[in-house]
Amino acid sequence: MNKLLEIKNLSKKYHTKNGEISAIDNISFDVYEKEFLCIIGSSGCGKSTLLNILANLDDLSSGKILKKENLNIGYMLQEDALMPWLNILDNALLGLEIRHEKTKENIAYTKELLEKYGLKDFLEKYPSQLSGGMRQRVALIRTLATRPDILFLDEPFSALDYVSRLSVSNDVAHIIKCEKKTVVMITHDIAEALSLADRIIVLSKRPAKIKSIYDISLEGETPLEKRKAKNFANLYDRLWKDLDKNV
Amino acid sequence: MSKEQQRYLKKIKIRKYFVILVQVIIVIGFLALWEFLANKNIINTFVFSKPSEIWETILGLIAQNNLFNHILTTLKEVLIAFVLGILLGFIIAIILYEIPILAEIVDPFLTMINSLPKVALGPLIIIIAGANTKSIIVMALLINLIVSIITIYNGFVNVDDKKMKLIKSFGATKAQILTHLVIPSSYKTIISSLKLNISMSLIGVIMGEFLVSKEGIGYLIIYGTQVFNLSLVMAGILILIIISYILYKIIIFIESKLIKKF
Repeated sequence: MNKLLEIKNLSKKYHTKNGEISAIDNISFDVYEKEFLCIIGSSGCGKSTLLNILANLDDLSSGKILKKENLNIGYMLQEDALMPWLNILDNALLGLEIRHEKTKENIAYTKELLEKYGLKDFLEKYPSQLSGGMRQRVALIRTLATRPDILFLDEPFSALDYVSRLSVSNDVAHIIKCEKKTVVMITHDIAEALSLADRIIVLSKRPAKIKSIYDISLEGETPLEKRKAKNFANLYDRLWKDLDKNV
Repeated sequence: MSKEQQRYLKKIKIRKYFVILVQVIIVIGFLALWEFLANKNIINTFVFSKPSEIWETILGLIAQNNLFNHILTTLKEVLIAFVLGILLGFIIAIILYEIPILAEIVDPFLTMINSLPKVALGPLIIIIAGANTKSIIVMALLINLIVSIITIYNGFVNVDDKKMKLIKSFGATKAQILTHLVIPSSYKTIISSLKLNISMSLIGVIMGEFLVSKEGIGYLIIYGTQVFNLSLVMAGILILIIISYILYKIIIFIESKLIKKF
């Protein structure tokens, strides 16, 4: 399989008034093309920092990240972060606008994505007029519009209530599958990771180290179906035991 | 529409009319009482004047073709101070935002200037800028500029960090962050700083006119005091009340037009 990312001996230290904090300690792993990789760890373990470093939003202290040439990165956050003063279409076009890639072709592609994923009648509406799930879909399309090779998702559903969370993760998984994207997602929700991922990396508590890596293949097409798979409870239990608890 | 809904709407309407009615009664009652007490010599008309005399003074000013000149002068000065204050405030706020270390350095000085009663600088301003309109504008700017800078700057620094992270993940440049995120998301703050700025400009201009002027509402008031023509002073104050109310209403109107967008 084609490697998109190779992370080698990555470490990260923060400096604060009260001293040095080691957030990530010597992590190495690869990301392969078209895989859905989940990184789980308890809150505050440094997984967001790891994703920020991979997405060029933060510097690393030591180690190396080898990227495939011209790798185009897409990043999606916990909250939809839609601009309330832009309508849905303009919000979805924001990334293209920033990158000066707002060509006719790209605009058409974005519109097509919006229409394909049920936002056809909302192009002229403003974010405040949409439900949480719809807003999250717009946020994903805003990222997809820049045609990224790899998507980084930072707990993309944790701002939603439980019911919308299940259906939105179904939605998002569907979209990502249709668009054939590589994904690295971080979460602290074991069930969410199991229902979405092809591979799961478990991180220890801070400073984050890799505790274990699991290849996941559960029966079922959608995340909701996978949650009903036979092996689900068994894997859940193993991951639960691997996770460091903060309590 | 149901009967309850109709009754509810009617109740709101009646309440609104009642408020307006009482407001009108208060104004008329106040003026009538003032006139009555003055006519009965219970209050000293030399000090307090009386509504009919104030009205005649205003008519006299209009007849001499002076009143509108004075109003126009004051309005012109307010407008210049207002526009300069907003523009400079906006530009300085952007500079402070872009250079955080500068913002940290000037922070105590801004607070000091902001808490200083600006009128204390009046004599100094006259010496530096001269006894002319320039001094009036400088006075008004001193009063409105610091507040504008602080308000707009605070709007800038309070931008949502999630949106900041998002726009950075697209690789936005500093200029793009400013035009696509920081300025639009501070839109409401900027608009509300207009409201603050217009009152501050009027205060500053009147203060400036007290110090140096040959024209304007502030001049009318200070001149009236000097020649003990209290009707003129009262007329000036009355006109000032009306002007400030109208200016405020205009800004509120502009605000509602600009903010309705989303």
